[in-house]
Amino acid sequence: MKVRILVSFKESVLDPQGQTVKNALHTLGYHVIKEVRQGKVFEIELKDISEIEAEKVVPEIAAKVLANPIIEKFSWQVLKEEK
Amino acid sequence: MRFGVVIFPGSNCDYDTFFVLKEVLRQDTTFLWHKDHFLKNVDCVVLPGGFSYGDYLRSGAIAKFSPLMREVGEFAAKGGIVLGICNGFQVLLELGLLPGAMLRNKNLKFLCEFVHVRVENAQTRFTHKARPRQVLRIPIAHFDGNYFAPPELLRKIEKNNQVMLRYVDEKGEATEEANINGSAASIAGLINKGGNVMGLMPHPERASEALLGSTDGRVIFASIIEKFKHD
Repeated sequence: MKVRILVSFKESVLDPQGQTVKNALHTLGYHVIKEVRQGKVFEIELKDISEIEAEKVVPEIAAKVLANPIIEKFSWQVLKEEK
Repeated sequence: MRFGVVIFPGSNCDYDTFFVLKEVLRQDTTFLWHKDHFLKNVDCVVLPGGFSYGDYLRSGAIAKFSPLMREVGEFAAKGGIVLGICNGFQVLLELGLLPGAMLRNKNLKFLCEFVHVRVENAQTRFTHKARPRQVLRIPIAHFDGNYFAPPELLRKIEKNNQVMLRYVDEKGEATEEANINGSAASIAGLINKGGNVMGLMPHPERASEALLGSTDGRVIFASIIEKFKHD
């Protein structure tokens, strides 16, 4: 099973990298861009695991390792098999 | 007093720190390897600056899982003295031995220069040799030194007098301009509630010999050594 975990800054945390990207897009004339938040994506392959087990393991590793809960939040989804 | 300087893959201030402790301050000093499981009976663990594990994931995020860090956690819980410098401070935050987290510098630049920091609490084992509100000139060298804590945590930290150092100008004023990396409340250094764990972004080991432009950093090491004598 493959899952995708998205880690991004909490709304209350300033994201200077996202702001810089936004400013660059504005400079290029994309004034439709209102806000940019930058984050990290992890694609993780799990072996021999049911979706119910994944629901326990994935948030656990996300909170323990992939995200720092003081500044970051995460969301995740199971990826459809590409066959 | 016996010091242990931890080496992670990617540490790059380990030898500077070792040199200052051993050759300048004449202390019994040893290296501690991150994969080891024992602290070689040291009295103080120093986590040096650098880029442990290449700053992968987040600064200090992987180092906290090193076997030795489990020992350091237990050592700190028993009141052992732990000093984290720069990347070492980031590791202590990731470990939860100090409160808060680090964000990228507000101007998104790697900052490597002398700064002024003010001693906010001169009654701790890390700072008692300094005068209250003494301004120290010590260099910084970091990408992720923009200290963050949510408002309620920040209030607690201030209330408990856990702020040790703040970025200031030469006159000792905590101006917005002097807050070079954008840190919450201009925080450059913190202590834990127990008073035995300190982290700071400036590099005192780079300001411990006149030849290098400043000896202001020595006050941190000298405080630790002197307090230990009287313990």
